[in-house]
Amino acid sequence: MSARGYLVLEDGTVFPGRSVGAQGVALGEAVFTTGMSGYQEVATDPSFAEQLVAFTAPMVGNYGVAEQRGESDRAWARAVLMRRAGGDDWCGWLDARGVVALEEVDTRSLVTRLRDRGAMAAAAVADGTPVEEALALVRARPSMAGRALVASVSTPEPVELGEGDVHVAVLDYGCKRSIARRLAATGVRATLLPHDTPADEVLAVGADGVLLSNGPGDPAALPAEVEVVRELLGRTPILGICLGHQLLGLAAGLTTTKLPFGHRGANHPVLETETGRVLVTSQNHGFAVEQGAEGDARVTHLSLYDGTVEGLELPGERAHSVQFHPEAGPGPHDAWPILAGWVEELREAVVRA
Amino acid sequence: MPRRDDLRAICVIGAGPIVIGQACEFDYAGSQALKVLRAEGYRTIVVNSNPATIMTDPGFADRTYLEPLDVEGVAGVLERERPDALLPTLGGQTALNLARSLSGEGILDDLGIELIGASLDAIVRAEDRQEFRDTMQAIGLRVPASTIVTSVDALPPGLSFPVILRPAFTLGGHGGGIARSADELATMLERALAESPVGQVLVEESLLGWDEFELEVIRDRVDNVVVVCSIENLDPMGVHTGDSVTVAPQMTLPDEAFQELRDAAAAVIRAVGVETGGSNVQFARSRETGEIRVIEMNPRVSRSSALASKATGYPIAKVAAKLAVGYTLDEIPNDLTRTTPASFEPTLDYVVVKAPRFAFEKFPGADHALGTQMKSVGEAMGIGRTFSEAFLKALRSRELGPGVPTPWATLDDVPVGVHPWFREQLDRARALLGSVRSLAELDDDVLLRLKREGWSDAEIGAALGESEQTIRLARWAAGVRPAYRRVDSCAAEVEAASNYLYSTWGEADEALPAGERPRVVVLGAGPNRIGQGIEFDYCCVHAARTFGELGYETVMVNCNPETVSTDYDTSDRLYFEPLGVEEVLEVCARELAGAPGGGVVIQFGGQTPLRLARAIEEAGFRILGTPFEAVDLAEDRERFGALCGEVGIAVPPWEMATGPVQAVEAADRIGYPVLVRPSYVLGGRDMRVCDDWEQVVSGVQAGARVLVDRYLEGALEIDVDALCDGEETYVAAVMQHVEEAGVHSGDSSCVLPPQSLTGEELHAIRETVRVLAPALGVVGLLNVQLALLEGRLYVLEANPRASRTVPFASKAIGVNLVEAACRLAHGERLADLSLPPEGTASGVSVKASVFPFARFPGCDPVLGPEMRSTGEVMASAADMATAFAKAERAAGRPLPTRGTAFLSVRDEDKPAACELGRRLSAVGFALRATTGTAYALASAGVPVERVRKVSEPGTGPTVVDLIRRGHCDLVVNSPAGLGARADGAQIRQAALVARVPCVTTLAGASACVEAIERAGSEVAVSLQERAARMTA
Repeated sequence: MSARGYLVLEDGTVFPGRSVGAQGVALGEAVFTTGMSGYQEVATDPSFAEQLVAFTAPMVGNYGVAEQRGESDRAWARAVLMRRAGGDDWCGWLDARGVVALEEVDTRSLVTRLRDRGAMAAAAVADGTPVEEALALVRARPSMAGRALVASVSTPEPVELGEGDVHVAVLDYGCKRSIARRLAATGVRATLLPHDTPADEVLAVGADGVLLSNGPGDPAALPAEVEVVRELLGRTPILGICLGHQLLGLAAGLTTTKLPFGHRGANHPVLETETGRVLVTSQNHGFAVEQGAEGDARVTHLSLYDGTVEGLELPGERAHSVQFHPEAGPGPHDAWPILAGWVEELREAVVRA
Repeated sequence: MPRRDDLRAICVIGAGPIVIGQACEFDYAGSQALKVLRAEGYRTIVVNSNPATIMTDPGFADRTYLEPLDVEGVAGVLERERPDALLPTLGGQTALNLARSLSGEGILDDLGIELIGASLDAIVRAEDRQEFRDTMQAIGLRVPASTIVTSVDALPPGLSFPVILRPAFTLGGHGGGIARSADELATMLERALAESPVGQVLVEESLLGWDEFELEVIRDRVDNVVVVCSIENLDPMGVHTGDSVTVAPQMTLPDEAFQELRDAAAAVIRAVGVETGGSNVQFARSRETGEIRVIEMNPRVSRSSALASKATGYPIAKVAAKLAVGYTLDEIPNDLTRTTPASFEPTLDYVVVKAPRFAFEKFPGADHALGTQMKSVGEAMGIGRTFSEAFLKALRSRELGPGVPTPWATLDDVPVGVHPWFREQLDRARALLGSVRSLAELDDDVLLRLKREGWSDAEIGAALGESEQTIRLARWAAGVRPAYRRVDSCAAEVEAASNYLYSTWGEADEALPAGERPRVVVLGAGPNRIGQGIEFDYCCVHAARTFGELGYETVMVNCNPETVSTDYDTSDRLYFEPLGVEEVLEVCARELAGAPGGGVVIQFGGQTPLRLARAIEEAGFRILGTPFEAVDLAEDRERFGALCGEVGIAVPPWEMATGPVQAVEAADRIGYPVLVRPSYVLGGRDMRVCDDWEQVVSGVQAGARVLVDRYLEGALEIDVDALCDGEETYVAAVMQHVEEAGVHSGDSSCVLPPQSLTGEELHAIRETVRVLAPALGVVGLLNVQLALLEGRLYVLEANPRASRTVPFASKAIGVNLVEAACRLAHGERLADLSLPPEGTASGVSVKASVFPFARFPGCDPVLGPEMRSTGEVMASAADMATAFAKAERAAGRPLPTRGTAFLSVRDEDKPAACELGRRLSAVGFALRATTGTAYALASAGVPVERVRKVSEPGTGPTVVDLIRRGHCDLVVNSPAGLGARADGAQIRQAALVARVPCVTTLAGASACVEAIERAGSEVAVSLQERAARMTA
């Protein structure tokens, strides 16, 4: 029988729930995602490291779990908050991976709170810890702003993935498996590199292009990684995704900022400025490249939701990036062609050379 | 891209009368589109034969034509109005088929009219089975293996059964079905071929047992595609989606499987080539292998898109109309959030369940099994935070009468093949309810959990052997009250201005009403059913509008996703809730308690709100207009009888009786034939005419309390809609029924003004109503049904509420009766309303009903006291004959002008039949008749050929053979006693299948013959022009 649990936000707001996962106290940043499917992908996405994820979808866990849906080999979200857990397999999976899970949470009120006050530190409590104690732990936590988290999620050693006629080096800041899958689907052999691989070593891999992956935390807290990207600029084709996009922006001299509560979901429309076309995209980011002083960078994509920068191109440098997730997983496949198109460019360059 | 400036005038085609498979969702779509097009500055022209639609109200378009939706009718309007474009994607299959015909016959080209919304090519690619299959194969999608058959002989060998039959271009899969053997296939194919207007039937691989999903997709002219909503069917493949319980968003697919459907849906709308608008794509998916098949695609707004609009708050029809005139998805703002664009796909933080509403009780003898042909007459939607909460709300929103036969009558009737996940959810809900055994165990925590699971006070009460009231009081004492949440299309990610609410439990309430104005709660009519349909929604919409104009904040409560009343911009606040005592009292408590000056409006939603009236008054809420007392006075036959006696109004002799013995005694005293019915009735439910005591005995259950009254055989029936301010009465519309009393008023054709009443009779009718209305205490609308027999006037019944005829009457006389009634309820006097003199009308207007008999083979298509029509049409002309002929055309029964008429009538009708025969013969019809009728005709000197009945021995074709082979153009057949009834029923069934007009009353036949003789052709005249003539 599940026990009572609760979520307490930094501002002291308490949301009661019932524990259906692991025992314990999960500390992290409370965020919400509006995607209606793909809960297992969310829980295993390294970008959710140190986060407590509320699902706006009212029933979560309906279709169970399956190994191939993992975006990594473990759960990264520290807690999941649900209105209703829709199945035992899902709860068991969460429990086995140490994820605190609460159901019967008034998720809509939680979302409204986070929307109005911004994402904040919180504790998901499933072991009877009193509120005051949990709140003290929450308040002792540093904010997500300024947090460098990629070291905890990146591969420690280079890893070779897939077979293909195009070779891509992936700087792994917390790379989702879907990125690797999409690369493989387009005929790419990928080399996954640790986040702190120096530029020369990246180039020494001899890849046809470099992909800067997604990942958790504040991009501004990663000066070394930014420096590597800056050194790579112009020396190899680059595609940045999510955190990779933010790092590219910083390398190009732009600044990044923390969004009030981020974009997390599978329904965000993005305008492709050149064509006027709209892509429905999968998103998961709490920071964004600031608009205004783009300098040499050209904004290629804009959010139709809040006007934030969703894509950049550095014309002379063979580098571009998108804030959203073209690999989807979960979410719509509208932006698959961005990855495929980049790989095709690399392939053509290989053929020309 | 901005709106198109090269278009100035746009014509919108509606869907015509409400039929199974095509209900008020198309009024919702059409009225949304007209609003948009007018706001964009286009001149709008609308054609629709259905008077009970909001879209045909004079204020909704620049020109409104209540014309038959056939090529002739629409072409006439197009020739007069010369619009630049025709928008056919909002009027269901009817409008799409018309667009195809108008285009195919070159009429659109000749008039220089552009089809917008969907091109002819796209329509054909989606609708033509072969083209669709080719189109799908070209994009790598699979459709069920199938063969297109155009004749019974063309069946391919080696079919593996079961197979599904899908006739091309029919409504709601009409004429289709599942054949399990070669024999079954042969019979069904004949029918299906006859039903398809192009004689084309798809015989396809059965995917029985596969899961079924639908996606609502929208595309703009720069090829952006968004998916508005996914819908999962609980009943798996094999049951028509209109008859299936459905849930949104889909619940059981993992992301990768869902995205596969999303990609496929986008590919389908692109390949079919719908460039600006919404489409519905249906998929079957094997639960085991994950294989998918594309079942069909509707290149238009559909029933599912109306459901998706209500489920998500995303106004598909409105967006489709804007796309059709040139906007793109990123340019159109989302009304609910006001800050996000239409390209922001809705995300739901709640669950929506739709439950179909059936009316099998109306069609005895019909097959109740569900299949590929839609049989439900309406639907209800429930919104909740969990599946079970939404499901239980939807189920109880159906407002089923006790013991009514229906699929999924209770939670336990889970259909075979339901996905196990749904079963688990329902088991959990059931187990929770089952875990509580007595009121004492119902502590606050358990109570809250039960409410959160979705159980109503009544259901909890029933499980514990307590009354609903007891549970409610316990709940209130525990402080367990619902919380209301917004439908905002964005799961609260964006602060939304949405006024669209649903209840849930144990959560924070949002959107507490804050306005200063007095509030009015308008109670809607719930799901469409026979006897209570779109007419009442029409009234509720006008009530909300009028009270808004009078300075009230308007609150709508309804649970029918098809309607205009549940459009979020119809009222200031919309509560999408079941119309039960519990839900309505909670809304009233929230909206009215402590807010002075307001009240509840119950007279526009049919019987549904009247049933709640007592509880509303007892809870201390004020009813605006006619109070509950008047309702009770009119509905309680003893009180009503006494009142009529007091004020000197004649009613047919009547008695109340309990059980069959008393009923027979009463009938003996009253004299046969008698009408026997339960005291509270809707749409003639369980009402029957009994000619002798045996019929009375078989019709009355032991212990049942029934009303027995004299059946006034052969009486002329009159319907009156009147307004009363409590003292003065305005007799707004006097309508004469074409069929005599005994045919339910909802099924009878009627004409306004009456054609055969003397001035004195008309005066007597008006005076009777003038006495009755204030005596009942009516403040607002009153409908009275009267009968004239041998110079005596009787009142059959009085309904102190808006009636089914209010929209028709309003349009015929050019007075908005609902608006007037609301002003009276607000406290204005009749004298304040500057109404035109009584009896003002321009020309003659006829209302005709449409029937779903073709959906219910086995049921005798004969008119009687039980209402069975699903909808109605209106036609107006300078004279009765022309208006009647036009109404019959609009109802899909165009009268023949030459050919062969077949007559077979009961003995008492024979003199009248001879007269009819003479007249038909005179206008050139050849006559055929069965023995008795033939003898009568011949004796009267009318040339006739005798044909044998099926039950008569002999050689040569029977009448049924002749009708089936298309050798009859008109059938007149009045039902006789039981022996002949079998023959008659076969004749009527044959006519139904062969689509030959079949008239079952002599009065109706007489009107038909007069129309055949004298109908002229008239230029279509718009409502606006008629109104100008009336005031001129």
